[in-house]
Formats: sequence, C-alpha cells, structure tokens
Amino acid sequence: MSEQNMQAMWRNTLALPGNLFRSIVRHGRPDSARARSQAVFSNLFLHIHSTRIHHRTLRFSTTADLGAISASLFLILTGTGIFLMVYYKPSVDGAYDSIKDIHYVIPTGRLTRNIHRWAAHLMVLSVILHMCRVFFTASYKKPREFNWLVGMGLLVVTLALSFTGYLLPWDQLAYWAITIGANIAASPRELTDALGMTAWFDPGGFTREMLLGASEVGPEALIRFNLLHCVILPIAAVVLLGVHFWRIRKDGGLGRPHQEVTPAGKGAAVSQQAGPAPVSTDSANKTWGLMALVPGRSPAADIEPSETVPAWPYLLRAELLVFMGTMLLCLVLGIFFDAPLKVLADPVHPENPAKAPWYFLGLQELVSYSAFVGGLFIPAVTVVGLGLVPYLDREKEPAGIYLDGAHNKRIALHSALFGTLCAVLAVAIPVNFGWLRDWFPGVPQLFIILFNPGTLLTAAYVAWSLRVAGRTGSTRSSAIALFTCFLMGFIILTYVGTELRGPNWDFYWSRSDWPVH
Amino acid sequence: MPSRVEPGRVTRRDLLGAAGLWTAGLAILGSLVGLMRLPIQRVLPEASDRFKLGSPEEFPPGSSKVLQDQQVLVMSTQEGIAVLSMVCTHLGCVVSYSGDGFTCPCHGSRFGPLGDVSAGPAPRALKWLEISLAPNGKLVADKGREVEPGSFFQARGKA
Repeated sequence: MSEQNMQAMWRNTLALPGNLFRSIVRHGRPDSARARSQAVFSNLFLHIHSTRIHHRTLRFSTTADLGAISASLFLILTGTGIFLMVYYKPSVDGAYDSIKDIHYVIPTGRLTRNIHRWAAHLMVLSVILHMCRVFFTASYKKPREFNWLVGMGLLVVTLALSFTGYLLPWDQLAYWAITIGANIAASPRELTDALGMTAWFDPGGFTREMLLGASEVGPEALIRFNLLHCVILPIAAVVLLGVHFWRIRKDGGLGRPHQEVTPAGKGAAVSQQAGPAPVSTDSANKTWGLMALVPGRSPAADIEPSETVPAWPYLLRAELLVFMGTMLLCLVLGIFFDAPLKVLADPVHPENPAKAPWYFLGLQELVSYSAFVGGLFIPAVTVVGLGLVPYLDREKEPAGIYLDGAHNKRIALHSALFGTLCAVLAVAIPVNFGWLRDWFPGVPQLFIILFNPGTLLTAAYVAWSLRVAGRTGSTRSSAIALFTCFLMGFIILTYVGTELRGPNWDFYWSRSDWPVH
Repeated sequence: MPSRVEPGRVTRRDLLGAAGLWTAGLAILGSLVGLMRLPIQRVLPEASDRFKLGSPEEFPPGSSKVLQDQQVLVMSTQEGIAVLSMVCTHLGCVVSYSGDGFTCPCHGSRFGPLGDVSAGPAPRALKWLEISLAPNGKLVADKGREVEPGSFFQARGKA
C-alpha cells in the first residue's frame, strides 16, 4: 500500500467518530431555529412532534400534562413488564409461585412489581382525567373528532390491559375476577334466555369460550389472558398511541382558541416576547418539498410564527420532566406500598366480598343489578355515546378553554348535582326499599333487565341531557350535561362499590360494621 | 364522457387488474375467517361433568350435605334426592348454604331453600342437576344436564 493510501486511511480512521455521527444525524448543532426544526423533523422518533409548537402547549393549565403522564406510564409499564416476564411462568402450577419468587427472592423483583402495579393504577386514573380534560376544553371538535375516537380505543385498551393484568398472579382475586369477567362476557345469555332463543343464538357462550378456551376457568384461560396482556393488547396500544400522537400534529397541534387575547389587552398585536424563543427568521431557507406534495390543509395552517416555539428543546424538555416526575411518583409509591398478593386461587371458596380493583367497582355495583345491563350494555352505550360526541356536537367553539362561558359552567354545575343525586338515589332506593323482585316475587326476568337502577340511572341522565338540549338549543351544552352526569355517576358508584359494600355485597356505612365470622 | 347512464368501455387491463385485486382480497379475507376457527377447540380439555355421589343410603331423607369440591348441595327429602348446583346463575361465584337458603358473596344474590331466586341480580334459579343410578347402585350426578327444579330423584329398587 502506498504512503498516500496509508495516510488517507489514518485520516479517515481519526475522522471515524465524527463521520459516523454525521451519517446518523444530518444536521448541525440544534442552536439555530432551522437546525432545531431539522432535529425534530429528520428523526424518526421525534418527528411525531411538530417542529414548532404553539407556546400555549407548554402551559400546565392547557393539558395538566395528563396525556404525557399517561404515555410516560405506558413506557414505565412496558419496561417493568418486560422485566417481570423474565421470571413469570404463565401456568396454573407456576404462576403463583413465580410471583412469590419475584416478590421475595429475586433482586429488585418486589420493587419492579410494585412499580408495575402502581403505574397501572395511575394510568387508568390519568387516562380518565385526560379524557375529562379533552372533553371540558372542547378539544374533541372538528378536526380532532377522529383522534377522540382513537382515544376511546386507548381507554378501552387501557382498561383491558389492567383487567388481564391482575389475572396473571393466579391468586384469589385473579381467579374470581376471571370467572366474573368471563361470565359477564357470557351475560347476553341473560337476555337470550329471557327471550328463549339461547339454543340457536348464543353470542354470550361463544365469547366466553373464546376467552377461556374451555368451559371453566383453568390453564387454557390463563394462557389466553397472558397472551392478551403481554402481546395482543400492548401491540394494539402501541399502534393506537402512534396514531394518537401523530394525529395531534396532523390536526394542527393542541386545540386552542382562535384569537387569543394577550395580556397586553384586547386587539393588541401578539408581542414578540410572547414565546420563550426567538422567532424563526430563516423561512426563506425552508424547504417545502414534502408539504407541496401533500394535498389538503397544512398542519401548521393558522399558527403565526411569532406564537410558536421550536419543539426542540422546549417541548422535549417538558416531556422529559413529566416522564421523570411520573417515574419518581411510581418509584416512591413502589418503595413504600407493596402490590397485594392474595392466597392461591381456590375454585371452591370465593372471597367474601370478592371485589375488583377500584376502577371496576362502579361496574360491579351496576352488575349487582343485572349482569348483562351492568356489565355489557351500559358500558357499551357509554363508550359508543362518548365516541359519537364529536360527531353529534359540531358547533364551532374555541377549543382549549375549560367550559367556555358562564352559561356552560352553570350547566356543568347543575348536571354534576343532578348526576350525583340520581346516582345516590339509584343506590339508596334498592338498599332501603329493595327492588322489583322484593316487591313482586316472580316478576319476569325481562322486566328486571329493562327496569333496574342501572338502566333507570342511564335513562335519567339521557333525559336530563335532552332537556338541556331543548332548553339551550346547544349540542355542546347537552354534551356537557351528559358527560358531567356520567362522570358523577362513575365517581359515586365507584365510591359505593369501594367503601360501602361489604360481605355478600350488602350495604355497610363503615368497614368496621362488617360481620366477623 | 363516461357516465352512469352510458358507462365508458372497460379495458381488458382494468378488468383483469380489478379481478386480480378482488381475488387476492377475497383469498386473504377467506383465510382470515378460516383461521378464526383456531381459538375454538374441537374437544375441551376437561374432566367429565359426571361425578359419583355415593350410595342412596348415605343421604337419609331430611338431610342435606354440601359437596364442596363439586360445588353442589345434595338435598334429601321424603320425595327423593336432589342435587343443586351451588354456582350462582348470575356470574358464577360459589354461593354459601345456610339451611334456609343460599347467598352469593360477589353481587349479593339470594336464593331460597329450593334454589329459587329471592333477591339480587341472579336471572334464574340455581340449577337442579340430573341424577342417575350407576349399575353398582351408586348415585351419579351430571353437571352438564339440568332437570326441572322440584323434580326429586327416587332411588327405586332399593326399597
């Protein structure tokens, strides 16, 4: 090899780290507005963000960070979940023991499991709160209807992940939850039996067999729920999350009022100092290659450059902070509070009372009136109803403001009171006076399916919302009424199921009143 | 101009293209629908629904006995013997028996002494299981077969 070649080789070797880096990252240091945009735009993972965001996005009051918290929790759950899968054995003989091993023997196993459990609980909470935030700020409106639907899908997947997750330890909670869950899936039989058509049309039995892989809860069921929890549902969640994030950018960023009144006063021009970053000045250099090819609205159609800041570093920094805060919370909870593990599954003796986790106790309360209505019909109506909201309410309204206008705030307050009152009555009347079966023994089952506290509560909420629609002539006000009512109903029923129900699902004001045996 | 009333000529290329596309689509769809058979087994991997109760003398009239492992109550009266399933007809929890009726711990269903619903969400009475007499004279019950509530089994040939 010639001297020259050797020298060139040496030079290239010395330049290797720099060249390697530049072959991966094609832009310079992100210190100009253009390079910052490129940093986001030319990175597969970061380009799910807009390159520039409205400065309002960064305010805590806009989102309360709930979406970012939910996403952080999903990441934490994926990480800890993979660690748990190292030792977890999805078999009836091995599951319980492997959880005990994880808890007592395996280094950091207990902390990992505790964090997984706390993150799961927090994720259900943050997803529900996130939905409330989006609803009350009217952020579901056109053009964000589809993303609201994707969010509904994510809510269902989150709940399904939680449900399938707490079955895996194969303890008493797991066994009886799986039994009850599978029978809720089979509960259309309640209706088909009442109509006398189960013999030739049995969707309930079919679903139950699909879930359990057998006619009773056993090894097949555990494998299927493990498959759902570790493979099918996480894949569904990742796909939906990807679409959900991507649509935020494609729908023009977070919902916000069209004309923001600046602190300088109405009508004043938006100050150059409104955002924490200098305004982009190199628009002449901006290439529009891709944009020009994509028909339709530009993703950043109505944003003034002066109102936006680069996503790098402001948004990414905020996201990192939220993630770290969430992780810290899970860590602290995981260190101080252990995830419970009940005794080994006993197919002969259910616990008394056998309670689901808190977020399903509202449903358990409804199920204690009728399995089909409480376990399937009302939840299905709720999810479908929520999904329809942005398609039924298409009034133009500035998004991003909590309950815009004194009028809507009053409706929300009245609806909250009405919703609470109805939910309390729905529990109090059967507790104090009994229900149809106590008044008219031998009443046909079909009547109980149609007229039970759960259906009447739902009907009352729908009637209230229609009345609001009639009085105000506004679909948004009607939607607020309905959503607030259902939210209060959910809270009250969850509280009753958690705190006020004791052995045999009887009513007790306090846990200390429970009979001892 | 082609229109709905006077459609334009469909070229051979378009026709073959569309035919190929639809064939591929239907083939994929058909295979997927066929694969949906996979999660439903032909034979369920389970123990038999039939189980031995014992000889009729073990259940003298007026007695009742809970067979915890089988989740049934064997009730014996002057009219004969009955086997009641103790699996709640609401959502499958195991009810507890207290002499004058059954109580479900999960959602508060209550059943009378003969398994009839007295309160709560249960849609129907507890199942009465079919009883038969094995050739060796022992009673056999079948969880997969129901009889009308109130139909007691007479162990004939013994008397």
